[in-house]
Order: sequence, then C-alpha cells, then structure tokens
Amino acid sequence: MSSTPAAALQLVDVRKRFGRTEIIRGISLAIGTGERHAIIGPNGAGKSTLFNLVSGRFHADSGEILLNGAAITRRKPFEINRMGLARSFQITNIFPKLSVFENLRCAVLWSLGYRYSFWHNLNRLADAEQHAEALLQRIGLRRRRNIQAGLLTYAEQRALEIGVTIAGGAQLVLLDEPTAGMSRSETARAVALIREVTEGRTLVMIEHDMSVVFGLADRISVVVYGEVIASGRPEQIRADPRVKEAYLGQPAGGD
Amino acid sequence: MTAVGKLQFKPLNFGRWVLWGFTAIVFIAAPQVFGSGFARALLSQMGIMIIFALSYNMLLGQTGLLSFGHAVYSGLGAYFAIHALALIGKGALLFPVSLLPLVGGAAGLAFGVVFGWLTTKRAGTTFAMISLGIGEMVFAASLMFPGFFGGEAGISGNRGAGPPFLGIAGLSFGPDIQIYYLIATWTFICMIAMFALTHTPLGRIANAVRDNPERAEFIGYDAQRVRWIMMMLSGFFAGVSGGLSAINLESVGSGAVHAVVSGGVLLAAFIGGVLFFFGPILGAIVFVFFAFALSEYTPAWHLYLGVFFVLLVMFAPGGLSSLLLLNLRVARFGKFRRLRDPYVGVLGAGAALAAGVVLLIEMTYHLTLGIGTGSSVRVFGFPFDAARGESWVFAASLVVASGMAFEYMRRRFKREWDAIAVEIEDWRRDNPEEDQ
Repeated sequence: MSSTPAAALQLVDVRKRFGRTEIIRGISLAIGTGERHAIIGPNGAGKSTLFNLVSGRFHADSGEILLNGAAITRRKPFEINRMGLARSFQITNIFPKLSVFENLRCAVLWSLGYRYSFWHNLNRLADAEQHAEALLQRIGLRRRRNIQAGLLTYAEQRALEIGVTIAGGAQLVLLDEPTAGMSRSETARAVALIREVTEGRTLVMIEHDMSVVFGLADRISVVVYGEVIASGRPEQIRADPRVKEAYLGQPAGGD
Repeated sequence: MTAVGKLQFKPLNFGRWVLWGFTAIVFIAAPQVFGSGFARALLSQMGIMIIFALSYNMLLGQTGLLSFGHAVYSGLGAYFAIHALALIGKGALLFPVSLLPLVGGAAGLAFGVVFGWLTTKRAGTTFAMISLGIGEMVFAASLMFPGFFGGEAGISGNRGAGPPFLGIAGLSFGPDIQIYYLIATWTFICMIAMFALTHTPLGRIANAVRDNPERAEFIGYDAQRVRWIMMMLSGFFAGVSGGLSAINLESVGSGAVHAVVSGGVLLAAFIGGVLFFFGPILGAIVFVFFAFALSEYTPAWHLYLGVFFVLLVMFAPGGLSSLLLLNLRVARFGKFRRLRDPYVGVLGAGAALAAGVVLLIEMTYHLTLGIGTGSSVRVFGFPFDAARGESWVFAASLVVASGMAFEYMRRRFKREWDAIAVEIEDWRRDNPEEDQ
C-alpha cells in the first residue's frame, strides 16, 4: 500500500455493538513497531472488548484492523496468532491439567513448525524442549516445572500466562491487566518480567495500576465510553485536562 | 539443567520397556495358561475391546470429546472388513486375511473424516448430542439398506478363506489359537501406536484443547482441526477393532453399530479411568469379563455391571487406573503397610456383603425368570432353594451383618487413608521441586 513503514497495529474507525449498546464507538489508533503502549480507562470503557476485537475473539461490526499493514479484521484467533500477535487474558487462561512445562511447550509448538504432527516424538524435539526450558527460567517457575498449572498460586499463574503468551515469539504482544490482583512486591516482579520479555517487541497492555502504566509505557491511550479521548506520551496524558476530568477524576487545573 | 532432566527420564524409559515386554509376554502366555476354547474366545474379545476402548479414550480422555456414537466407526469398519472377507472367500479379492483390520481401519478413518467434520465444530454437550444422533442415523441405515448391512441375518464370511498366512500350510486363522495370536498381535501394535500418539505434538495439543480450547486458538491452533484429526485417528483404530471382530466372529450384524456398543465402550473407558493411557485397557478387560464371562453364568450380569459402575464412579471417579496409581503412591512413600489391615477388613466385609447381595439377586431372578427349572439355584457352587424361607432369611441376615461390618471397616479404612493422603500432601508442599 503506502511506502511508509506500516504501524505494528493500526485500528481505523473500529466499531462493535452488543445488542443495542455500542461498546466500541469508532476507535482509530496506530501503534508503532517496538512501542510499549498502555491503554487505560475506567471499568466498562471497552478496553477488553478492544483486545477481543484485535485478537479475533470477536469480530468488529465495521472498521479495519491492520497487523503490520495486513487486514486481520475478520480473521480467526489462530490465524491472527500465526501472523505474529499473541495475547494474555484478564482472567488467567492456561491449560490447568497440564504441567507448567507442558503449558509452555504447547505454546511453542506451532511457531517451531510442528503443527498437527503425529509423527514426531515430542520428547525428542530438542528445540521445543530448550525453548520451553528457557521460558521456564525467564518467568521464574523452574522449581515448579512439573506441577499441574491449575495448582500454581495466583501470581505464578499470572507469570505462566505471560510465558504462554510470549512463547510463540509473537512480535506484537497484548497483555490484559497483567498485574491485576497482585501485591506490591508481586507487581514489581511482574513489571520487571514484562519489561524483560517484551524487549524488542511491540507491547500493548491494559492496566489500572498507574505506577505500572507510567513506569512502563512509551505512549498511553485513554479509552472512555468506547472512544479514545487522548493518546500520547505519558507526560502529555498526565497534563491533558480532558483525561483528568474524565478518567483521573480530578477537575481541570487541580493537581 | 536439561541434562538432569534427561537423567531423570532414563529409568522411566527403561521401566516403559520392561512394561511393554511384560505385556508382550502376557499376551503370548495367556492362551497357554487359559487353554479352554471359552477362555481363548474371552481373551480374543479382550484384545478387541482393548483397542476399541483405547480408541474411544483418544476422544474422551485425551481430547475431551464425550462421544455416544463410537460404535459407528467400529461397526462400519467391521462391515467393510466382513465384505472384504466374503470377497476373499469367493476368490474375487486377493488380500491377506491377516491385514483385513486395515480395511476396517480405512473405513473407520473415512467415516471419521466425514462425521468428524460435522461433529467437531463444537465440543461439550453439542458434540455429545450430534454423536448420539449420528449413531442413531447409522443404526437406522443398517436396517434400511439390507444389501450392504445384511438385514436381520447380517453378513458372514469365513476367516479361513484365502491362502494361508505367509504361505505356511496350516496357518489359516481357522483354529481359535491362531485367531487369538492374530488379534493379540494387532492389539499390541495398536496399543503401542496409540501410546506413541500421546507423545506427539498432536497428542499434547489435543490435551491442551481438552483443557482450554479457546486458549489453544490463541497459541496458533485451530481447536476444531485438532478435534477432527483426533476423530479420524480414533475412527481408524476403532475400525481396526471392528475389522478384528469381523474376522473373529465371521459375521457382522446391525448390532455392531447399535448404541449398546457405544454405551459399552463408554462404560469400559470409565471403569478403567480416562485420565491415564492404560486406564481403558483395564476397563476393557473388566468389561469383557462382565459382558462375555459373567453373562454365561447369570442373566443378572447387566445388573452387576451397573452396580459395579455406580460404586466405582461414586468412590473412585478416576476409575481403576487412578485407584491403582493412588495405591502405588502410598506404597512409594512406604506407607502401604499401614493400609494392610484396613484393606483386609474392608475387602473381607465387602466380599461377604457382595455374596449376600448376589444371593438375593440370584434367587429373585430365579423366581421371576427361571420358573421352569425349579426353585433350586447354585450360587458360588452352593445350592440354595429360592422357594424356602430359610434361604431368604440366611441371605438377608448375611447382607445386614456384613453390611454393618463393612460400614465399620470402611470408616476405619477411610480414616487411615485420609491420614496418609494428608501426610503425603504435607511432604510434597515442603518439597515442591521433587517429582511426586
């Protein structure tokens, strides 16, 4: 299409309604390659719905979603994933009966090209094993390698959720409230983990914890009632009077 | 760290070789130890049922698909195999009888492709209902098209047809020992193939789809495609079991695609337990014991199977395999000695209770069904007269007394069992990096 490099993720006037309620009311957004982008906004603003549209869980009613310039608006989740987008979930979404190691190994199989193979011996796939072991190390769950994932603590499950999300080597990673429900020290660990594992990738995250948002994000978009009311660098967002009024709940000018 | 992991895996692999070797020896020795025609027929049925139940568990235990119509694949596989056998008999087809299960397998695979495409779009209840519907549909078709399905009489063939196996005179699969070894060979190959499948990318992703189909889609896998392929492969092995059944019985009727067969394999898989690969093997053996051995002795075998199934699901929902593994775990922690006396108590009282209940059931059956044969009934070799009050008083007292003893023993056993379980859990919490 155009000669300028395509944005990692671009949304053009995306709309979605459930029944008579329009949840996403025309969102346009461009996220550059390598950017760490936070999406903030009050509960019910449509942030998670936006993630569901981008990742293919739901389909937009109108508008266009482009991943590295390619339209993914009507694609299925697994197709979008194969094109290089991975996501985590607000409510932990792992394979509870598989071991921690198996969760990670499953998550690397497609990207290593094993597809639906029933002619490879899983235990002889050195690359899959090494990838999974390395991930295990990075998310700090090596000691929990053989535990059923469903038996992990909440913070451990959140770490595994991130591990499963990044395992396939996706260039664009969507994290939905990765630190929700965590204690202060757990949050600090999670932020360090996110910073490390998304190095060199594009990150879009929904987050409520403002210290996490302002500490991690290069740019921030504020979503209120299904619309982006502001998008920019952290200091711009902090200073934006509309954001203060609509989201941070402070009258313009106060601080 | 990987080196350590590999070292840990070695004894496991060695153990696996020992286990498969032991299985092979059992398969070879079984018909020599149990030499009667009836025992060999029973062993042949067990082999066929093992393949069928394992193929069923590829869907239920491994992919999370509850099918109520698995007889479609074994039954249609059996029909195609018996037609091929009939053609061999007429000299119209040159194909070794020993490879006929492959014909059944191909048919099972083909119908897995067609019906799998229809059924795997959804999992859960939707899948279960559609599988039930397809089962009914195929059964109805078996009555509608007598040309292919043979109507009431079914289709028959002669397994001794065609040239002898590998040209060796006398190896015709006519004698029951020869057909047993043919079935045992196929069973062994299918067991290994299905076990190997659980250690492939597809096999593991099937587990992932079972656990969480949506998440599987977000790591690049089409959950429907995974279910569909598993359905094809499961259909193949079910078809192999059907093909073996066709050779074994030399006849296939519409009963082969009936819902009773689908229900039977579900029972067998559950009895053995769907959580572990070898569960359905145990289940198949127990099921065949009920359906083919016990049925020779008593018309009440359905009732016994039902009671056994209900008790098992209530007290050991993971089936015989998890029961076995739980006991092995207790033994590995060196605590089995503490269970020995409670076990003797609970099993002793349980046996007495079961004897009393069986006596009541047999006498009732005898009075209601067996009027023409007099009122005397033999239970465990002892004669009882169902027309005499003393027999009933004896049976009832036995049930009441052993029932009370059983309840006491059961509580004693449960106390000890729970205490051991807590100790093991505590140990595991303190040693999180140790494997079980």
